Amino acid sequence: MFSTRNFNRSKPVLFILILFPSLLWAYQFVTGNLGVNPIEKLMDELGLMALRLIIITLMITTLSNIKPLKSIVVLRRMIGLFSFYYVCLHFSTYIILDHFLDMQFIIQDIIKRPFITFGFISFLFLIPLASTSTNNMIKRLGFKLWKKIHYLIYPVAILASMHFYVLVRADKTEPVIYMGIIILLLLHRIFKRLTRPQLAQ
Amino acid sequence: MKILGSEITPYKTYLNRRKFIKGSLASAMLATITSSAFANHDSDLSIYTKNLNENDKLNSYEEITTYNNFYEFGTHKKHPHLNSGNFKPRPWTIKIDGLVKKPQTFDLEKILSNVTIEDRVYRLRCVEAWSMVIPWQGFQLSELIKMAEPLSSAKYVQFVTVFRPEEMPGQQKRTIIWPYREGLRMDEAMNPLTILATGLYGHEMPNQNGAPIRLVVPWKYGFKSIKSIVEIRFLDTQPETSWETLAPWEYGFYANVNPNVNHPRWSQGTERRIGEFKRRETIMFNGYEEEVAHLYKDLDLTKFY
Repeated sequence: MFSTRNFNRSKPVLFILILFPSLLWAYQFVTGNLGVNPIEKLMDELGLMALRLIIITLMITTLSNIKPLKSIVVLRRMIGLFSFYYVCLHFSTYIILDHFLDMQFIIQDIIKRPFITFGFISFLFLIPLASTSTNNMIKRLGFKLWKKIHYLIYPVAILASMHFYVLVRADKTEPVIYMGIIILLLLHRIFKRLTRPQLAQ
Repeated sequence: MKILGSEITPYKTYLNRRKFIKGSLASAMLATITSSAFANHDSDLSIYTKNLNENDKLNSYEEITTYNNFYEFGTHKKHPHLNSGNFKPRPWTIKIDGLVKKPQTFDLEKILSNVTIEDRVYRLRCVEAWSMVIPWQGFQLSELIKMAEPLSSAKYVQFVTVFRPEEMPGQQKRTIIWPYREGLRMDEAMNPLTILATGLYGHEMPNQNGAPIRLVVPWKYGFKSIKSIVEIRFLDTQPETSWETLAPWEYGFYANVNPNVNHPRWSQGTERRIGEFKRRETIMFNGYEEEVAHLYKDLDLTKFY
């Protein structure tokens, strides 16, 4: 049985572990060690990290259904916020480094290219999630409304994985695995609801 | 715009130069640092740079050989460099069949002894919106077509890449339908810009770049420039090509570099030149408009993309 305290204690270590890749890539980018096409590489790494963290955030809720891991849920906010952090870096790389703030081009890109549209909407949906991630906010909004807002994580995850799926030209194994995990996690939630009708009411 | 880098090098001089570079390469290897081996290819740059357009700068040997799309060796850009070590480009033959006087199989050495190897510095524009400037060595495809003696009914040329899953680990997985296939219209194939390349930077074609012989069609997106060719077929109908078969809504048979026809995943209006920070504007036919625009004067390029 892991207690809330166990998980809380692991937070500083997790914080550094999850933050570290972004610092490493930034350092490698500045020193010219990110390969032949560093902007593309930086954008890919940041985006992949963001997607993985979104999936881990969803997994935490599922894992907390297992009795001994019940308290793992205390890690969810931090990891969720880190996924927003990586999405922001990914998006800034795209608009600043990749397109040099050419807003006209970027807006066209977002409208015309489905995969960028998916990614952009996913990013927009994450904003209300990240900005209501304090205890104070939960109190102010009331738990019910807060929870409703946070259902946005589902479209966020689906759109983010579609964003990745469409981007890959051939051999879509990796994005398919991510989509599969997201679908399984969603099915588990639906199943849980259906098997406990009284509780739901 | 002028044809870039068409300084003609007699095959013998070319071989000697290659030997010289190989020799210096070997001594650099003794120093065990691979980066110094790369540097060797840059020692003789004036051969290539004198034919360069003022807006273009040669990409380095390292850039050209470590960032490749060659799915036969894996789908990541670094895979071809990392996974192509077991590929054996010699001995090599090319089968000529279809609408020709006499179907036959040529030994690569025999082909090479009948053609003139030239230096051609070309821009290469990938459909993924990145580009490079590459000093190729090769000969005009038209020379081989003359050797093949196609019938007058031949309107198209199809090319096929080698299928060797034991040497090309990417082929062990069905990412695309193997073997890779590409094609050109006969007039495109006969255009003087179209070459079969056998080397780059005066070095034998590296495995990851399509050893021992590959097509280079500089006004078309990179995927048209098929690598490691083992078969050339002459046809009277437009041949199937790999990417078009996989995703016809994304890739066309013509695949001419065209900033005005967008791809659903990449705007084709701009590109990143490898090594540069800011994107640059993509030019019609990758800057070879003067040489090739006439081929398409009766063609709606938004339809036949």
